[in-house]
Amino acid sequence: MSDVTVNEVPVVAKVVKEETPFRRFVSEFFASKIATGGLIVFGIIALLAILAPWITPQNPYDLAQLDIMDGRLEPGSVGGSGMTHWLGTDDQGRDMLSGIIYGLRISLTVGVGSAFIASLVGASLGLLAAYGGGRTDSVIMRLVDLQLSFPTILAALMILAFLGKGIGNVVIALVIVEWAYYARTVRGSALVERRREYIEAAQCLALPTRRILFRHLLPNCLPPLIVVGTIQVARAIALEATLSFLGLGVPITEPSLGLLIANGYEYMLSGKYWISFYPGIALLVTIVSINLMGDHLRDVLNPRLKK
Amino acid sequence: MRSTFRALAVSGLLGLAATQAPAQTLTMAVGAPVTSLDPHYHQLSPNNAAASMIFSRLVETDDRARSVPGLAESWRAVEPTVWEFKLRAGVRFHNGREFTAEDVAYTLARVPNVPNSPASFTVFVRPIVRVEVVDPLTIRLHTRTPYPLLPMDMTNIYILDRETHEGGSTERFNSGELAVGTGPFRVVRHANGDRIELERNDQYFGDRPAFQRVNYRMITNDAARTAALMAGDVDVIDQVPTADLSRMRNDSRLALYETTGLRLIFLWTDHSREDATPFVTDNDGRPMARNPLKDIRVRRALSMAIDRPNMVGRVMEGAATATGQFLAEGVTSHIPGYPVPRFDPDGARRLLAEAGFPQGFRITLHGPNDRYPNDARIIQAVGQMWTRIGVRTTVEALTWPTYIGRAGRAEFSSFLMGWGMNPDGSHPLRNLIACPNRDTGLGASNRGRYCNAELDRGLEESSQMLDEEARQTRLIELERMALDDVALIPLHIQTNIWAARRGFAVTPRADELTRAQDVRPASAPAAAR
Amino acid sequence: MTVYLLRRLLQALLVMLAMSVIVFVGVYAIGDPVEILISPDADQIERERAIKALGLDLPLWQQYLTFLTRAVQGDLGRSFVFNEPALQLILQKMPATLELAVGATFMAVLIGLPLGLYAGLKPDSVGSKAIMAGSILGFSLPTFWVGLMLIMVFAVQLGWLPSTGRGETAEFLGLRWSFLTRDGLAHLILPAINLSLFKISLVVRLTRSGVRETMLMDYVKFARAKGLSPARVTYVHVFKNILIPVVTVVGLELGSTIAFSVVTESVFAWPGMGKLIIDSINVLDRPVIVAYLMIIVLMFIIINLAVDLLYSTLDPRVRLEGKS
Repeated sequence: MSDVTVNEVPVVAKVVKEETPFRRFVSEFFASKIATGGLIVFGIIALLAILAPWITPQNPYDLAQLDIMDGRLEPGSVGGSGMTHWLGTDDQGRDMLSGIIYGLRISLTVGVGSAFIASLVGASLGLLAAYGGGRTDSVIMRLVDLQLSFPTILAALMILAFLGKGIGNVVIALVIVEWAYYARTVRGSALVERRREYIEAAQCLALPTRRILFRHLLPNCLPPLIVVGTIQVARAIALEATLSFLGLGVPITEPSLGLLIANGYEYMLSGKYWISFYPGIALLVTIVSINLMGDHLRDVLNPRLKK
Repeated sequence: MRSTFRALAVSGLLGLAATQAPAQTLTMAVGAPVTSLDPHYHQLSPNNAAASMIFSRLVETDDRARSVPGLAESWRAVEPTVWEFKLRAGVRFHNGREFTAEDVAYTLARVPNVPNSPASFTVFVRPIVRVEVVDPLTIRLHTRTPYPLLPMDMTNIYILDRETHEGGSTERFNSGELAVGTGPFRVVRHANGDRIELERNDQYFGDRPAFQRVNYRMITNDAARTAALMAGDVDVIDQVPTADLSRMRNDSRLALYETTGLRLIFLWTDHSREDATPFVTDNDGRPMARNPLKDIRVRRALSMAIDRPNMVGRVMEGAATATGQFLAEGVTSHIPGYPVPRFDPDGARRLLAEAGFPQGFRITLHGPNDRYPNDARIIQAVGQMWTRIGVRTTVEALTWPTYIGRAGRAEFSSFLMGWGMNPDGSHPLRNLIACPNRDTGLGASNRGRYCNAELDRGLEESSQMLDEEARQTRLIELERMALDDVALIPLHIQTNIWAARRGFAVTPRADELTRAQDVRPASAPAAAR
Repeated sequence: MTVYLLRRLLQALLVMLAMSVIVFVGVYAIGDPVEILISPDADQIERERAIKALGLDLPLWQQYLTFLTRAVQGDLGRSFVFNEPALQLILQKMPATLELAVGATFMAVLIGLPLGLYAGLKPDSVGSKAIMAGSILGFSLPTFWVGLMLIMVFAVQLGWLPSTGRGETAEFLGLRWSFLTRDGLAHLILPAINLSLFKISLVVRLTRSGVRETMLMDYVKFARAKGLSPARVTYVHVFKNILIPVVTVVGLELGSTIAFSVVTESVFAWPGMGKLIIDSINVLDRPVIVAYLMIIVLMFIIINLAVDLLYSTLDPRVRLEGKS
């Protein structure tokens, strides 16, 4: 066993000192080089996205800065304004490097934002269903069924047709279609956890329901929630790309990575790979870094791996 | 990485199988699905293409959209309000029944009575007040007023057999059971939205099609359709994506067949509102008291700001013709010598200043993103160009269902549309330019709500002129009047493009129809009788 | 048990009713089908005729009531576009989608389970790291893009497999299936891979994490200590435990696979329900949209029910009645 091991039990065993849970969590997280790497890459990406207006050579949303005469230039070409397009330009003469950095911003906002809100909503309802049981459970779970029976992509499509395009609208649509996954997952594990002794003990102590729900039940339902959360961030970003591909995601004048890929996809067969390829790589790196972190987080937080 | 991709692309070229000798089966893929085999159910280009393989019309159209004899050998106006059609003798339906004037009478009666039709062909038979069968091969159609367009209207009506089709439902057409016509092909199998399998009708009265069997597939995704052609799964595709044109032109294993079409891409501006129009504001984002688009100088400036030739080259990859009018050169009602508006940003700025907008204004340009080739790209390019003359433009692309509904309710200030024309100028004038009026049926697609009483009067006059030459002169005058007033801003006329594997040749049609009888082995002479 | 089933069915009906209202209002809000379907030449008289012919002249609630009365009798309305009963239209396309979804699910389990098992049992080997990296890729790539890449590589360049369409079909149980013919099977491979990619990753991850957790459980340690063979421990004790999440997710995913085939079907021109629904949304063919969603809802409810039943069989700790 080398020391590059991801999330291994021996790592946990090394922790002997009595620490606060949070510090233990942090130190365990950084014990994995891959997860740390993921965090660093993600940090850089997030930083790029936040700083986009100050670091990009061009504002890709400003039509006045684009010139159609610079359309579809190969990477490294110099455009009409004397600017070098290191990653080429798209059909509108948009600098791909600038477009990708701005695109990252939108994809991250959409992916992380929607997953966060959806997990809050979903987890609360899932816990409530599992703990409340009876009518509460039945109502919430029928709602979940209703949601899950509406195919994600179709639901998102309809909602966006309703709301119209726009970043905020995409986030709303994604939250509406995804909260149910969290609710179902949390309810599933809470249903099992609820019957365990520690909950019974807590109930015997007559602790307030809220405290039992969020301090005792939730932490133990967290691992699956985080796995689902990871999947859903990646999924939200991919779903946004697909919606944009189908013409319903973000507006074409403010492209996300997904829309850049969709836009360039038409040119793939004609050899103008860069319009689609580089945004694809950016998307891939982003999602992979998120997944690497999520993967490790999951192991760190999993109480069952710590026996 | 780049070289890897190049290598991939090159090996892709080599991967195309060497062309084989033309087989007896033709496989073609079309981009728009055929929704029904009932030729009177839904007036839609793909349906018309399928119908014209299976059925025939009294008056057919050639590849340049000119009327040519079909089931009728000749026609003339025997009186100002009576058109007489002499029918072709010895024509038989696929099931062996003979074609007679009774069948024409039956067909004309069926057209307005197809249940649940979402877009019927009734418009074309409404002028007919009485049908008179003179003898089995002569039929007279009476109209209320002199009606010069009747033969042209007949190019839309596919003739059915009274005995076979009486009481037949659309469903039975779709199943193939009643898809029995006099056309060059008979239906073997029809899988809705997927494919139509056809077999040559050896008794067809016209040119004999080159292929014995046809597999007519519908592949709506552009990239998938191109890939199917390049993989050799299909022999011919239509609606070639412009992004693939440059590569295909250089590919010796493929051939492109193209012709200037009849579809005009243009911009509407809001003519209906005198005061504030919803998507125009001043430079600070405040609504404006009056609608600047009502000022002809502003409309002219917006038109002059557009660099049409570059847009055609860059956005459309050359698959269009820049234009300043409705119809392309060589088409009946084309205005000879009418110029393409010159690209002149400085002149445009001056005109704006003259109109009282030296600092320009802000506008949102709307358009669909899934309807016409490169639609969303066109409006972005126009947005760039307008912004350069000081009209700061925001571009918004919507999906067609949302877009067309809002356009119909006149919610936009400036927006993109396309319109497939008949070669006769009365068609765009009546539908796009005439004042919207329920009773006359005019201006039904005038979504800019342009209204010009003088033009409407002229149009009314021309609609009763039986002297074809005089009528055309009048129509051209009227077209000129509308265009001089910038009723709409024409951008370009689309080029219709088909791609085929080597060994297959396609006769490109101006009316965009993709039909199996227009494909033949490339080496064979154009048409074998 | 019967009471439980009945109650679930009743709830299912309510869900479907709610769904039909949402869809009805939703489609109504999106746009006017007549605007899309009508020919550009049509005048106002023709427009009004079409509105009447499609029954769109009535107020929305009245249209809905008409729909409901007919739906109770098993008639979900006629397609505006095809003028055929919507239900029949969808059922015609169902085999194509079903075989695609089942094919994809089959592939996901067949490939994902062994890979996940391996990755869980030997988490430190190079192989399992490669598997996990691959699974992350599987999540990360958008389906439509992968689809096109598959076509580019396997159909256009290598020419091994057909690019699009369904190929030859053979009749079985009165329906046409393509997995029964060689040509049909060849056409099925690429779209099924495309559709299963995401699920392979999902199964790999679930299996792996399940295995890793289970290996640390007391009963597994006990089984080992008892001297049971590693194979028996793995395949009986561990396997049974990890099946719970895998079954749940694969089951749940079957429904969403059927729905998600929308993208795959449109890239591969696969003539299934997904392509039908996208086309129908594009022209606002409301009867087909409503009928499609009703069928999907029904399918989901049945799948969920089956998963719940299976769940309770596999994990006795979960009780179905839902009462405390």
